[in-house]
Amino acid sequence: MIRKLLVANRGEIACRVIRSAQALGIETVAVFSEADAGALHVALAGQAVAIGPAAATESYLLADRVLAAAIETGADAIHPGYGFLAENATFAAAVEAAGLTWVGPTPQSIDDMGDKERARAIARAAGVPVLPGSERFAPGDAPADPAMLEAAAAAVGYPLLVKAAAGGGGIGMRRVDDASGVAAAVAATQALAARAFKDGSVYLERYVPRARHVEVQVFGFGDGRAVHLYERDCSIQRRFQKVVEESPAPGLSQATRLAMCEAATALAREQHYRGAGTVEFVVDADSGEFFFLEMNTRIQVEHPVTEMNTGADLVAMQLLLAGGGAVPIQAQQDVSARGHAVEVRVYAERPLKGFLPSTGTLATFEMPAAGDGLRIDAGVRAGDAISHWYDPMIAKVIAHGDTRDAAIDRLLAALAAVRIEGVETNLLFLQRTLDHPSFRAGEVFTGFIDVHKAVLLAK
Amino acid sequence: MPIIDVKSEITGNVWKIVAQVGDVIEEEAPIMILESMKMEIPVTAPETGTLVEICVAEGSTCSEGAVVARLQV
Repeated sequence: MIRKLLVANRGEIACRVIRSAQALGIETVAVFSEADAGALHVALAGQAVAIGPAAATESYLLADRVLAAAIETGADAIHPGYGFLAENATFAAAVEAAGLTWVGPTPQSIDDMGDKERARAIARAAGVPVLPGSERFAPGDAPADPAMLEAAAAAVGYPLLVKAAAGGGGIGMRRVDDASGVAAAVAATQALAARAFKDGSVYLERYVPRARHVEVQVFGFGDGRAVHLYERDCSIQRRFQKVVEESPAPGLSQATRLAMCEAATALAREQHYRGAGTVEFVVDADSGEFFFLEMNTRIQVEHPVTEMNTGADLVAMQLLLAGGGAVPIQAQQDVSARGHAVEVRVYAERPLKGFLPSTGTLATFEMPAAGDGLRIDAGVRAGDAISHWYDPMIAKVIAHGDTRDAAIDRLLAALAAVRIEGVETNLLFLQRTLDHPSFRAGEVFTGFIDVHKAVLLAK
Repeated sequence: MPIIDVKSEITGNVWKIVAQVGDVIEEEAPIMILESMKMEIPVTAPETGTLVEICVAEGSTCSEGAVVARLQV
């Protein structure tokens, strides 16, 4: 069993991990930057260690410093949360080499799934459908032979995306509609990827114009067994960042849902995957076809949606598995989902000014009471500073209901009771999205916000 | 030839300055790129003009409303 856990993160996910750990009787250690000395996650943890200046590159991203903090405080395990070091295989390996427990998948899984091309090959081997894609082009290859590049693009088919092999979160993607734009898009993406990820390799992939983003929560036991905890629809996105997430995915046939869940579980089994992971698919909104996009080898921001429907505590499951304890879910028949859950992400931003970030001090931060089908995951309190150093997400609000409409109504009522002063937020934008007739009708796809922006962003 | 202030609309770090004093900057073209809340946000010229001063350095922090450059228009 884990005795003392260092949580290598900040904000709401650090708070959430600390709570599940404490419920299991595990001591907790927080780490914090200079900007976060007074933060909620520091107050909640049993112990806290300063790890550097405000900039994440000088604190939360410094693997050596985080590991040293764990050793110094006698922690025997590290939970990375999401972001920062969560998908850093080198860090995971260093944690294990130091004799500590890494609450996450093996460094090998992180590496395999972090490399998009290798991930696709493993998915294909597991019988999971993947989007038509090309081989990889390192800088220098492709511009040298434009004919080869155009042939590869024609084989993939248009429209296509040029994607950075080492990219993620929508960074380093370009859409190309015909042969004339391929060479320029490849060169530009290679240059950006070389700067951003120190690896300029790119590949081409078919683009689905009316796409939905549906992902499956999986949990593997590290021995070839794995289960799924159903899907989440995360189609409401802005610039490839999720805004609303829900489960079940509206309007998908039961056969499609189960086929996706089975494919995701097969991928987890193929890798002998360990712990919580998310397999992301792009679904053609018109045909219902689905294709593997990528696998995130960590707990996901939107995991509460799944927890509301299944009653599972995914973080507790991660901690129990890592510590060698008995995970309450052992086989697929142990998982059942009930009703519908919807989550929104509250961001400190100004939707009417092009979604520019909004910084300041939270003069007021009042959330409705959780319980009765409502969950609030926040990492801040009144009086806290929302600084420019970190992500603009300040809270997640999740509602559950017997039906999709009931869940949406409950979420809208909750959002109407939220009071935030000191920074601008996207609350009104979220309310308009949830109450939009097309959203109510379940007509979700990744272009939703762009198509409906006249209504969603009306002054 | 009046000189106008170019202000930052956000609080952030100055990540990269992409223009030099003396450059003619077209309206809406970037002068510098700020980094805030994990996003890169360009500061652009409010109208076409010649860049006469850059008031911040790369790596420094600027606050919302701060003058970051001056343009002669």
